[in-house]
Amino acid sequence: MQESQPILGASPLRKEGRAKVLGAARYIDDITLPGMWHGATVRSSIARGTIRSITFDPAIDWPQFTIVRATDIPGENTIVHLTKDHPCLADPHINHPNEPILLLAHPDKTALIAAVKGVKIEYDELPGVFTIEDSEAAVENEDAARIIWPGSDAGGTANCFKQYLMYTGDKDEAEAGINAAFEAADFVVEGEYSTGAQEQLYIENNGVIAECFRDALGAIESVCVRGSMQCPYYLVHALTLVFNLPEDKCRVIQVETGGAFGGKEDFPSVIGSHAALLAMKCGHPVKIVYDRAEDMAATTKRHPSRTRHRTAVSKDGRLLAGTIDIAIDGGAYATLSPVVLSRATIHAPGPYKWPHLRVRAKAMATNIPPHGAFRGFGAPQSLFALERHMDKVAQAVGLSAEELRRRNFLATGDCTATGQLLSEPVDMQHLLTRALADSGYHEKLARFEEENKTSSIKRGVGFAAFMHGTGFTGSGERRLNSLVHVDILEDGRPCILVSSTEFGQGTNTILSQVAAQTLRMPYESIVVAQPDTSVVPNSGPTVASRTAMIVGKLVERACEKTLATLRESEGLPEDFTPQQFTAATLAYRAKHGSLRSSVRYEPVAKIYWDDDLYRGDAYPGYAWAVYVAEVAVDMNTYMATCTRFDALQEVGKVMHPVLAKGQIEGGVAQGIGYALYEKCVWQNGHMANNQMTNYIMPTSADLPPIHVHFEETPCIHGPGGAKGIGELPMDGPAPAILNAIENATGMSFTAIPLLPEDIFERVTAMKNAGSEALNPGVDLDTESEVTA
Amino acid sequence: MSKINLRVNGESQSIDVPPMKRLLDVLREDLHLTGTKEGCGEGECGACAVLMNGELVNSCLIPALQASGATLCTIEGVAQNNTLHPIQQCFLERGGAQCGICTPGMILATHHLLDKYPDPTMEQIQEGLAGNLCRCTGYMRIFESVKKAAEVRATT
Amino acid sequence: MHSDVSQFALTAPPTLEAVLQQLATEPGKQTPIAGGTEIMVALGVGRLPQRSFVSIQHLRELRFIRVDADAIHIGAGVTFTDIRRSKEIADDLPLLIQSASWTGSVANQNRGTLGGNICNASPAADTPPALLAYGAAVTLISSAGLRTVRYEDFHLGYKKTLLRPDELLHTITVPRNFSGYRQYIRKIGTRNAQAISKTALAAVAKIEGDIIADIRLGAASLADRPLRCAATEAALLNRSVAPAHLEVTIKAARAALAGEAKPIDDIRSTGKYRAAVAANLLEEFLRSLAS
Repeated sequence: MQESQPILGASPLRKEGRAKVLGAARYIDDITLPGMWHGATVRSSIARGTIRSITFDPAIDWPQFTIVRATDIPGENTIVHLTKDHPCLADPHINHPNEPILLLAHPDKTALIAAVKGVKIEYDELPGVFTIEDSEAAVENEDAARIIWPGSDAGGTANCFKQYLMYTGDKDEAEAGINAAFEAADFVVEGEYSTGAQEQLYIENNGVIAECFRDALGAIESVCVRGSMQCPYYLVHALTLVFNLPEDKCRVIQVETGGAFGGKEDFPSVIGSHAALLAMKCGHPVKIVYDRAEDMAATTKRHPSRTRHRTAVSKDGRLLAGTIDIAIDGGAYATLSPVVLSRATIHAPGPYKWPHLRVRAKAMATNIPPHGAFRGFGAPQSLFALERHMDKVAQAVGLSAEELRRRNFLATGDCTATGQLLSEPVDMQHLLTRALADSGYHEKLARFEEENKTSSIKRGVGFAAFMHGTGFTGSGERRLNSLVHVDILEDGRPCILVSSTEFGQGTNTILSQVAAQTLRMPYESIVVAQPDTSVVPNSGPTVASRTAMIVGKLVERACEKTLATLRESEGLPEDFTPQQFTAATLAYRAKHGSLRSSVRYEPVAKIYWDDDLYRGDAYPGYAWAVYVAEVAVDMNTYMATCTRFDALQEVGKVMHPVLAKGQIEGGVAQGIGYALYEKCVWQNGHMANNQMTNYIMPTSADLPPIHVHFEETPCIHGPGGAKGIGELPMDGPAPAILNAIENATGMSFTAIPLLPEDIFERVTAMKNAGSEALNPGVDLDTESEVTA
Repeated sequence: MSKINLRVNGESQSIDVPPMKRLLDVLREDLHLTGTKEGCGEGECGACAVLMNGELVNSCLIPALQASGATLCTIEGVAQNNTLHPIQQCFLERGGAQCGICTPGMILATHHLLDKYPDPTMEQIQEGLAGNLCRCTGYMRIFESVKKAAEVRATT
Repeated sequence: MHSDVSQFALTAPPTLEAVLQQLATEPGKQTPIAGGTEIMVALGVGRLPQRSFVSIQHLRELRFIRVDADAIHIGAGVTFTDIRRSKEIADDLPLLIQSASWTGSVANQNRGTLGGNICNASPAADTPPALLAYGAAVTLISSAGLRTVRYEDFHLGYKKTLLRPDELLHTITVPRNFSGYRQYIRKIGTRNAQAISKTALAAVAKIEGDIIADIRLGAASLADRPLRCAATEAALLNRSVAPAHLEVTIKAARAALAGEAKPIDDIRSTGKYRAAVAANLLEEFLRSLAS
């Protein structure tokens, strides 16, 4: 059996893979409930203002429809994440285009098309704020008309959802150290770097089906929502407020989900609440499924960012001190911005030693649909800035990009900028050496320099060195207090009960591997329960690259507990066979009725974290990486393409080589899109290019060969030593690519996405010729009717 | 309404639908074949791809009337008697499917590609699948799956 | 999905003659639909003002490729895949093969037609630049008869063509006299596949000695319609591509193109970028003539 090869570290078939290749996997839009109606959302057409009137076109037979407005909400008109600033339905204030105002339901989906158009809304418009700079200016100038978000009890101030201030050590000491270092430095290097919004673009749009159940007296008893999502318990929490129901009366079931990437972390709280409200009012199950245009225009995107670095460095290339100022654009409501900001803040120093560092970070409000989680969650933004800046520092000092990193890398036994001791081995020197060797970096540097002299296609190489913290920050995992059950079913099969969801990244598979390995049972015998909150416990959200490490460890411990129970109760021998295991479980069940092992999160080692000072052990574990990009820039068309990508990372333990490679390759592809293709074109807060024709994602003909390599330095926190890898690959590609473009062309670009129009503008030094000159109001090729 | 006769996965079907109804919706709603997916509704993502008279087409762009008399193969018709087609087996083994939503269209595009080019070059694979967007895989595992499927096909 | 499909009519008369009869009966009331790759997108987003359609996708009379001594006659119902599979077209009209190969995806090429690409009349369409460079002619048919016009006269303005409401595009006739010509086509899109043109340039030129004896240029997304770059052709005719004169020739060509190209800023690209890149493509072509 598995004496030859352990299942953890092998590549068994994806647990739900057969159904997927058969086309038999059932996503939410494949599901119909008896008597089901359909729902649609009436949304604002302005960015900011108040609703003056709502009228209904008499041409529509309104009695056929169910209409839900804010006043119908039984509980609180709020979508809760961290603060209660976000209404479930706008009434009367509008703070972003496409903000939900009314909900409509009808048995016939087609009838909704005319009905949505038949709702006429008049507004009193207010001036909108659409950039970080405009939002900041409103605060600085005390421009009351442009204070679009008042502040909160959770640390928010006017137009600013959250701020962080992070020092390497005591604040006064650090400030003194910073000042002294800048005085004495041989070089002071400054740079400003910015990143744009990015659409998650899961191929399956958001969708849910909701039901509402009433008791004999007609009072609302419970709600049940099925849907495409990452975090069933987040939606449970949202529903408890909207419906004023206890948690056990808000049932949420995740169904097969066609991609998520963070885009279905917080947003399902919105669409799920909407469908449940309609179900409540019409008395039927209600399905809401967005089409692509609505999904792109109305749901969350990656936070745009602006990062300013100021770095004091010695002439032998040592970082002496730094100040990093980060601003992210949170959109109209706070949602998860404080947490994205947190991760951006903590990752800003990267894998380097900073004798003195100050990071100031803020999340600003704008009149754009709220931004939300997207793989990386703040780290891609600040690591882009850092790794671009490190190349700039290298140039200033006169060192190679490689040498500058080597002189500043963190190593085993060092402390990070938050004061976390790196007690587990980390060897960035080696990773850098290997990555550069694997990719042929030095040979290419020399060869391209020569070839570029006579070619109109300039080629270059660049790299990024970085790390990604896995699990929730600091005491976050303790607060989540995740719970996991492992049951033995009637037929003896082990069943994992977690709220961790599968959406392509392999949750079902890797958790089954852990269970199979620990219980020494065949992988095929392991069952993963559907994440139905009436059945599974809250093992935390499926985010933050925590599933393998945190939840996997819990599954391992639960399985060990089962073995301990069976050893004690049924005399299961040390060296048991699957048959003996099954016999023991059946015997136990015969006596006790069931066999369940439950475990709660406990950190393997003590984790010290100070939320106020932002110091201590920021994350339980880090994956470390060096990514190398090779690019070609055509100086006739100004198009930059990535021609080869090498991704090397140290991840603790590769639980499933095929899945792990797939994760890295997919993340690198999204990172390439982030750097070179995926621009959100805004028009007064509205995403004008909200269709796949105009939002450019790389196709199979655009991506280079992606070479993936792993190293393993087992970590104490995860099963088999595994750390998380889901988000890591998002952090490296953009800075590596722009570093490569600078190598190829000699031109330094500091903003992404970097489009050919932007390269053109720089090469020709023409004014207003870059992508800022795109006209979102003109789209002659994809609109049959040209709107005025 | 128009009466449309077509053959789907070897079975004759006769339906009454508005003639401009999208073939995608006919498949999903009238024939209850939900394996074919809607990802974009504009012929960009390929999640709705099916084989019509042996040719790969995006079913979101075909009015029902134009499918009259056609022979269709959807993802449900690829496996035979519950045995996975080699392409499906290779996608399963090589990690070609992650979230699975692009997989039906991708498998049909692969089917179409290998019919045209039994031993495709990398360039032919990239071109043949360029109309099927995958957000999860970065395409590498899909290329591996296609190459393996070509090998298997050659030996059977 | 933003349209109520029950509000749309679609018929498929069995013959071309029957279709033409229908178009003649109430001109303008019926809209022909071939492969549907444009119309069905508009249907999906709810921007299809027409309500009554007549399918021409099945008409065998429109789907042919006939070769005679002087020209290749391509039926308007020929798909991009048909074009790519045609050895005759590959032998004589490589630019058309190229442009068909980068239109949409394989799935869209299997449905989209040459006639649809032309009649949809987008200035960004992929085949018009090649057809303009080749000096194609188009034959239009109605129940009243046939008429043939030069393709370069077919487009009257933005999405406006010579086609009358009772007419269909029947044949695209492309002369077969380019064997001695240098040929070039390049498309610049937002990505390598499934991309709407930011600009594209098709060029054919006959070089005698070092002199440009004949030259034709077709471009996409430089005007409100596919552009025959007549002024640039005139500036290049009889100029030399010998090393001693090449730079002057290129300069004249760029100046002429700058004069007749009027690209716009839109959601995908900018006018300045389009103009500059089109000129770079032209230069790339001219330099290739020198070698």
